[in-house]
Amino acid sequence: MTKSLKWRAVIYGATIILAVVYLMPTFVKMPSWWEDYLPSEKISLGLDLQGGMHLILGVEAEKAVENTVARFSSDLEELLFNEKIPFDHVKPIGRDRLELQIVDPNAKDKAGRVLDEKFSVMKKIKVQDISDGVIYLLELDQREIDHIKKSAVEQALETIRNRIDQFGVAEPTIQQQGEDRILIQLPGIKDPKRALELIGKTALLEFKIVDDENSLDEALKGNVPPDDEILYQREVNRETGEVKKVPFLLKKKTLLTGDRLVDAQVRIDSQFNEPYVALSFDDRGAKLFEKITEKYVNKRLAIILDNNVYSAPVIKEKIAGGHAQITGRFSTEEARDLAIVLRAGSLPAPVTILEKRTVGPSLGHDSIQQGIRAMIIGSAAVIMFMVIYYKLSGMVAVIALGLNVLLILAALAGFRATLTLPGLAGIVLTIGMAVDANVLINERIREEMRSGKTLKACIDTGYARAFLTIMDSNLTTIIAAIFLFQFGTGPVKGFAVTLSIGLIANIFTAVAVTRLIFDYFVVQRRIKTLSI
Amino acid sequence: MEIIKPNTRIDFVGKIKYALILSWVVIGIGIVSMVIKGGPRYGIDFSGGTLLQIKFAQKVSVNDIRKTLKKMGVETGSVQNVGAEEDNEFLLNFETAQDDLEQFSEKISEQLVASFGKDSFEIRRAEIVGPKVGKDLREKALFAVGLSCIGMLIYIWFRFEFRFGLGAILGLVHDVFITLGALSLTNTAIDLPVVAALLAIVGYSVNDSIIVCDRIRENRPKMTREKLGTVINISVNQTLSRTILTAGTTILAIIALFLFGGTVIHDFAFTMLVGVISGTYSSIYVACPVVIYWEKLFPSQKKGRR
Repeated sequence: MTKSLKWRAVIYGATIILAVVYLMPTFVKMPSWWEDYLPSEKISLGLDLQGGMHLILGVEAEKAVENTVARFSSDLEELLFNEKIPFDHVKPIGRDRLELQIVDPNAKDKAGRVLDEKFSVMKKIKVQDISDGVIYLLELDQREIDHIKKSAVEQALETIRNRIDQFGVAEPTIQQQGEDRILIQLPGIKDPKRALELIGKTALLEFKIVDDENSLDEALKGNVPPDDEILYQREVNRETGEVKKVPFLLKKKTLLTGDRLVDAQVRIDSQFNEPYVALSFDDRGAKLFEKITEKYVNKRLAIILDNNVYSAPVIKEKIAGGHAQITGRFSTEEARDLAIVLRAGSLPAPVTILEKRTVGPSLGHDSIQQGIRAMIIGSAAVIMFMVIYYKLSGMVAVIALGLNVLLILAALAGFRATLTLPGLAGIVLTIGMAVDANVLINERIREEMRSGKTLKACIDTGYARAFLTIMDSNLTTIIAAIFLFQFGTGPVKGFAVTLSIGLIANIFTAVAVTRLIFDYFVVQRRIKTLSI
Repeated sequence: MEIIKPNTRIDFVGKIKYALILSWVVIGIGIVSMVIKGGPRYGIDFSGGTLLQIKFAQKVSVNDIRKTLKKMGVETGSVQNVGAEEDNEFLLNFETAQDDLEQFSEKISEQLVASFGKDSFEIRRAEIVGPKVGKDLREKALFAVGLSCIGMLIYIWFRFEFRFGLGAILGLVHDVFITLGALSLTNTAIDLPVVAALLAIVGYSVNDSIIVCDRIRENRPKMTREKLGTVINISVNQTLSRTILTAGTTILAIIALFLFGGTVIHDFAFTMLVGVISGTYSSIYVACPVVIYWEKLFPSQKKGRR
């Protein structure tokens, strides 16, 4: 064998073996020594091929700013109370402002100092003296707002990741997309509705006192006392599916929130054999809970999740130790999901569904079968065509084609790319276009042969002439594919990936590998006529 | 085997006039269709809305489903049979601008349960795209297409001459218009897979034009005494065999996708099929005439130029 031929054979052979090594784990279960030393990445199937749910959630970050200002509002009340500055009210104005009115004009200096020193998160933008006090207008500055928004999205991402991890989904994708969006992909999920509820719940747990002093009936007529609000308890009749709403008149002030939870577990009530969720608070939460239960003995404490009253038991005595429970006719699944969201914590802001795609496993199964069938039939048609038209030289092109598909799949495995339906379409298109290179070469060789040159000269010129054309045509398409990959989304991207890998592989298989085969027969076997 | 015998001399250039008329007529029909139907029809990916793919266990007709939807006051959606008739599989499309799309799809499946019974159907695919996301996807897709066209134009300009680049790009515009027209005529909605197909057409069309242009570039210095039209005609004839073969194999692969690829890929394959046929035609009858007219407008100096 001539030297150049030998070296090319070695290099090409090594490339092919490498591709096979990368591809093996996708199709065969590999022994453990393989996984230790050799690549074990598999081609993962896209949601459209294996079924599952694709979600894009928008985080309403504005709401997080509002919540923060509301929290600052009660912090400020506490601060003024501790500093013994008498005030009329503190209330949020709009999204990012607070209004404070102190009642004693003589306390103006002290109030100003306290605000500057201990409440520097918000800036005074207006101070107005009125007859019976001073009104301050405080504002959150833009940098703080941006920070709150940014961390709201990050925190939402983290919380959702926690929830999904605890729910147990194999290989989920959870990513931030753009400024305030979260992309979630849950492959192979069986019950998308339940998963959606788990992910989308704000899960803000609050404890509030039921107002028994004012009349609920009056309030329902529209005369809600200023510090009160009406919330409902949803009772679902499990047989008929009917929903009954029971109203509660509650004191608006939130006494304790789910932030102070350290654990939430599902337990089964031994008496009624119904599941409930047992809560444990951290130290500070436990102390707060003790204080609350002490102060409000014989009153009803409402446990509220996302503005739904779950239960409102009467406080019989002071509860120390930081344990509480949520009861409320749950199914075991509901109780389990509730415990998960409480453990993972609440979302800092509500999320809305911007995009949701679910593909059932049966459709995914059909799609992959149909996709592969289309691929086989398409390839078979192309192979037959090539072999009939170019005879043995057509066979060479078919070998190149097979290698091309092998390289595409190996690259997908190596890059841990996901194979989607548009990706399969990209492969089929590559099969069609990969033939183009060999057609160009073979047509050129035929043209040269008509001019009566030696076989070797014909092959040399044929390849040389066709090579530039092939490079130009493949490169232009690769340029297009790269832009598609960079700026496209979802299916467009999947298509661009397989197409560009296919075209790059094409230059190797259709030009280099076929050339080696031709050279081998012409130089080594010294054939004089070509079956073309 | 040979389809095109060597030394075939079909007078392509002489028939440019008829080809131009044909192109304009086909594009015209497409544009008229689009105007009548109020612009191209976007799928839910780009317009926002809800899509449900439902398979029934028993025999159900499109009209049965329409009636059910009418009962709940929904009349805007489209209901389409997919796959073989005995599969009883349907695609329901709703271009809703409502905010709460989630509830909307719930309501529809509840109504279907009420009309057809609980276990009589399976929702195999449910897609909900909010209007905001739809707009985003539309803008991003357009951006990607625009940039890839510019990228290719620059490459061709750099590798060939400007007039070849112009010819290739006009050929591509021609193909995209013809394909959009065909989509409008067949009421195929433009969704993300269709856009992917349009992009593939862009690549294919330019690829095809390049190969013809490449031969013209190669032949010109050899045939300095011939007129440009003659050189082009010879070049087109020389590459004809390749053009037909490549188009043939690509079309074979696409037909396989079209017939056996399943519902999700059906529209993609249809778009590709129209585009590839048009792309093959345009590399001869759009790219070449542009080069010829450009030569008439701005004659190149004799010799020395490639």
